[in-house]
Amino acid sequence: MSARVRQRLLGGLAIVVALVWAFPVYWMVNSSMLPTAKLESFTPTFVPFGGSFDNFAAALADGDFYSALGMSVAITAIAVFFCLLFAFLAAVAISRFRFRGRKSFIVAVLLVQMLPAEGLFIAQYKMIASVGLLNSIVGVSVIYIAAVVPFTIWMLRGFVAGIPADLEEAAMVDGLSRAQAFMRITFPLLAPGLVASGVYAFLQAWNEFTVALVLLPAESAQTLPLWLRGFVQASATRATDWGQVMAASTLVAVPVIVFFLIVQGKLTSGLVSGAVKG
Amino acid sequence: MNRTRTRTARWLLFPAVAVLIVGMGYPILWQLVTSTQEFGLAQQFGQSAEFIGLGNYLQLAADPGLWGVVIRSLVFCIVTAVVTLAIGMLIALLMGAVSKGPRLVLQIAMLLTWAMPVVAAMTVWIWLFDRRRGVINYLLDGIPGVEMNRFDWLESPTTFFIVASIIVVWMSVPFVAFSAYAGLTQVSDEILEAANLDGASPTQRVRHIILPMIKPVILIVFLLQLIWDLRVFTQIKLLQDAGPKGGAFDLLGTYIYKQGTLAQDFGMASAVSILVLAITIGMSWFYIRILLKEEES
Repeated sequence: MSARVRQRLLGGLAIVVALVWAFPVYWMVNSSMLPTAKLESFTPTFVPFGGSFDNFAAALADGDFYSALGMSVAITAIAVFFCLLFAFLAAVAISRFRFRGRKSFIVAVLLVQMLPAEGLFIAQYKMIASVGLLNSIVGVSVIYIAAVVPFTIWMLRGFVAGIPADLEEAAMVDGLSRAQAFMRITFPLLAPGLVASGVYAFLQAWNEFTVALVLLPAESAQTLPLWLRGFVQASATRATDWGQVMAASTLVAVPVIVFFLIVQGKLTSGLVSGAVKG
Repeated sequence: MNRTRTRTARWLLFPAVAVLIVGMGYPILWQLVTSTQEFGLAQQFGQSAEFIGLGNYLQLAADPGLWGVVIRSLVFCIVTAVVTLAIGMLIALLMGAVSKGPRLVLQIAMLLTWAMPVVAAMTVWIWLFDRRRGVINYLLDGIPGVEMNRFDWLESPTTFFIVASIIVVWMSVPFVAFSAYAGLTQVSDEILEAANLDGASPTQRVRHIILPMIKPVILIVFLLQLIWDLRVFTQIKLLQDAGPKGGAFDLLGTYIYKQGTLAQDFGMASAVSILVLAITIGMSWFYIRILLKEEES
């Protein structure tokens, strides 16, 4: 009996914690659907009854949105493609080959992965500026690839190592070349790993703020996070249209949340891989 | 045979290494060199940068403003990481203790939070903490005897950093909770039952069985939090965009940003950057050693 009561209480507590944690996300969506008059009121409206999508229309009517979307899509696509390609080749090298310098390479990859953009952006700014690539898609993309490639190598390495080399060797005994064996046997098995790593790279490039802020100073070269920041900046000087800001935030957040849900399991296991032994 | 294999491996590594050298290696080198130079506005206009050895570092060491920023950053980082770890572990324990339904609800809430892009999360939190119409002031004001109407959270450094810390904790807890929960599910039920039979109380079970078994995960997660919380730039920058921008509201990231972009003092900015990199590498070393040990076994 008391155990059951305790279970109930804990269950209730879990729900309360869940509500508190999800509240800001709910509040973003809720506010995005409310008209200005309700948001201006000093009594908050907790449920968007009678709400509309007008704020979304207004946010989308902002001319800069489409240019920001274009920049984000272009930069993210380039970053994800090259990041996957480079990381895949490197992951094959470190998990299928034994060569001198392998261990140092792994250490270097892990170390570089931890380096914060905040400790590098001044130099990256000077470098990109000196070759005239400020405000260009190429400049940011190169930095993004370099920033995301290390963890992607680490993630893919796990997947490649998980596919037994015996499979390839068996195919080679049956007459395939090493390259053929790899392409026909290992590569298809690797697809889930590539998807997971690709989504990880997507999330990093799509959400990135710091480097974009420094390397894309022109308004015409803004990515979506910078576009969103424009709303916050404006809020310091004039009355903010919070409905529009929240609609804009929702627009930026929804695709990310969807993609994130696809890979979340892989993310935790990659970061703390194998730290617990059963 | 062996030599061609090594050569193949080198070619496979080449693109990744090349992009890392361009995107990270060269900037680090440039920073190391620049941090030993007088590289301010004059140099921007073509004057050659003069080598001044450790001059920038000595100047920094003597600058109380920078010490303030360093100490503030470290305190912010440690407090935020500890609070995140504590709440994350409590939530993980809660996930383990409740039945399937509530657990699912809790996990979905955590996932939603975890997935929020940082800039979107910041706009929502700034709206929540809005001085006049923010929900937080409204709810706090509703408590009898509490007068929070129009309280400006961003006005003083203390409440500014409390807000920043709350936001960072909110965003980071899901990762800690899921990692710790994954660790908890590996603790075998048999051991727990055996302890139960031997008369161990719930607190004893947590202290003597569960905690020691999930210690490796907790250690890694805590290290990652420390490293990540040292480099909070986006959150501080956006809070400054919405509120005060003075030096008292800076952490290391925004400090370097201002040195580089506003003051155009690249020599000093580089020196502080090198300091940040050095602290990060020092803390990362433990993390990497743990991962490498796993890789070998």
